[in-house]
Amino acid sequence: MIGSGKHLRIGLGIVLIAGLIVVPVNFNRYGLFILSQWAVMTIAAMGLNLTLGYAGQVSLAQGAFVGIGAYAAAIMTTQGAPLMAALGVAVVLCFAVGWLLGYPALRVQHHYLAFVTLAFSTLAFLVFRNEDWLTKGIYGISNIPRPTIFGFATNRPLPFYYVCLGSLGIVSVMLWWLIRSPWGRAFIALRENPVRALSLGIDTRRYTLMAFAIGSALGGVAGTLYAPLTQYIDPVPFNLSLSLDLLMMVIVGGAGFFFGPFLGAMIAVLLPEWLRFTEGYYLMLYAAAVILLLIYSPTGILGILDRFLAERRAKAASALRAVAKSGLEAAP
Amino acid sequence: MSNLLDLLVAGLATGAIYAIVAVGFTLLWQTSQTINFAQGEFVMLPAFLMLAAMHAGAPFWLAIPIGILLSLLLLGLGFKMLLVDPVLRHGVLPLAIATMALAIGIKEAVKQFFSAEASPFPSVVPAGEIAIFGRMVSLQSIGVLALAILAVVGLTAFLNRTSIGHQMQAAAQNPTVARIIGVPVERMILLTFLINAFLVALASLLITPIYLAKFSSGEVLGQAAFIAAIVGGFNQVRGAIAGGLLIGVVDNLSAAYVSTQYRAAVPLILLIVIILFRPQGILGRAEERTV
Repeated sequence: MIGSGKHLRIGLGIVLIAGLIVVPVNFNRYGLFILSQWAVMTIAAMGLNLTLGYAGQVSLAQGAFVGIGAYAAAIMTTQGAPLMAALGVAVVLCFAVGWLLGYPALRVQHHYLAFVTLAFSTLAFLVFRNEDWLTKGIYGISNIPRPTIFGFATNRPLPFYYVCLGSLGIVSVMLWWLIRSPWGRAFIALRENPVRALSLGIDTRRYTLMAFAIGSALGGVAGTLYAPLTQYIDPVPFNLSLSLDLLMMVIVGGAGFFFGPFLGAMIAVLLPEWLRFTEGYYLMLYAAAVILLLIYSPTGILGILDRFLAERRAKAASALRAVAKSGLEAAP
Repeated sequence: MSNLLDLLVAGLATGAIYAIVAVGFTLLWQTSQTINFAQGEFVMLPAFLMLAAMHAGAPFWLAIPIGILLSLLLLGLGFKMLLVDPVLRHGVLPLAIATMALAIGIKEAVKQFFSAEASPFPSVVPAGEIAIFGRMVSLQSIGVLALAILAVVGLTAFLNRTSIGHQMQAAAQNPTVARIIGVPVERMILLTFLINAFLVALASLLITPIYLAKFSSGEVLGQAAFIAAIVGGFNQVRGAIAGGLLIGVVDNLSAAYVSTQYRAAVPLILLIVIILFRPQGILGRAEERTV
């Protein structure tokens, strides 16, 4: 029975992936843009999910890391450097800054950490806006080129969508492996019980910093895709509300669930398009829905699903037990 | 030198308003572990409630009590009953995130139902200037400072001198023991929420004439109040007051002497330094870490 469940899940996964590849072929420019945006935001949210959902450290700075990545990509590619070089710079930069930002996490917890990262987020925004010589300030950087990969130009929306989707795939596989590695287990130990983790010989200092740094680096990866996707960036998209949005994506989808960010980003990016008929009420509805979700299930939508499945499994198990018991009693 | 005095007075006036907001913020944290990320929006909203009352035909003097009453209902009672009570049992973090969502909701609601543009707001303090020590100082700054000081002194007296104030402190410091000695803890927590609602309404009344009523003005205010609360000391009312005044002054001085572009950065850097080296705040007690 468990085996068939696994096959079902693998089958469902293949269908979903095939759908993501095949269905958008006939999408128009705008539809492809939205889907690409979903892939990019999912990568950023996955990074935050690692920091928050697995290692249990609150960060309100993920939007700033997306900004750092986007500016690295915009500045370097408009100067003629390849996107891959920009990606390397963004990852290293965000990893280093994330590592440094993790230091307060060693000293303070929860709300203080939220405020440190919030302060960092606002500081980063001020730098993007004010350092004209580097970021062109409020005028922004335009004409950001899209990359050429193995000789294929990805200027058109569809090929670039595949670049985003492919990156999402690579990041997912890497993260899947990371979470199942001893490192990933150490992250979870950190969230569940830091004192016990320490007593078991896990270097909690190093893993806390590592969770922050890897999560931030993924924000940078998302940023390097964001810049060529929009082909124009200015400081506004990278203000504090992006960090809050990303945090809510992780929470709504389900923090600590691998597929939580996929779902959360889908709701945050695609739902506004479907709810366009509600006009200005959309964000109000979204806010109310998030509050209701937190009242009902603080572990997000996947948390509800998880509870439902656990209940069903428990019921199935007790039914099996009942059958077995009656069988035993019937036997002489 | 004369310029410095002006800056100090203006800084203290805005700082006093930050202090009021920060005090409400710390009160909520102390009694119910609520980190209210919507505190800035809480300050933005009452001004719009008052404006709405005025649009409905009420004169300004009547709109003020209506606005305060509505914010007691919405931001005090409603906030506690509908959001804090149901979410708090899941923990501090979900509650903090729920208040972030609430902030978005309030902002969008004001934008949708009122206006996306900034609206002027009448001042309770008459405009003009007054001579102090032979120098002309803005009457508005002095009036705001005086009213804010009055509010803070009144609140401190209430907390330290009255029986209800003592009960509130007991409920905040140790709810279990407070309950044993007969303090109605639940009612005290509700009272804190009402006090917070009153404080934000007062702050709204004082600050909106200076910065105009705008749906997005809560972001800056909220951040200033967080920083004030943390810099001063999260678990102390007087810490929040000191933090508020300090942030107000630092903000104004850095606008003049550092750079207008990075004026917002100075309080943030102060915040990071304080958190790293003295996380309990300038006046705060160290909180024991619960494991």
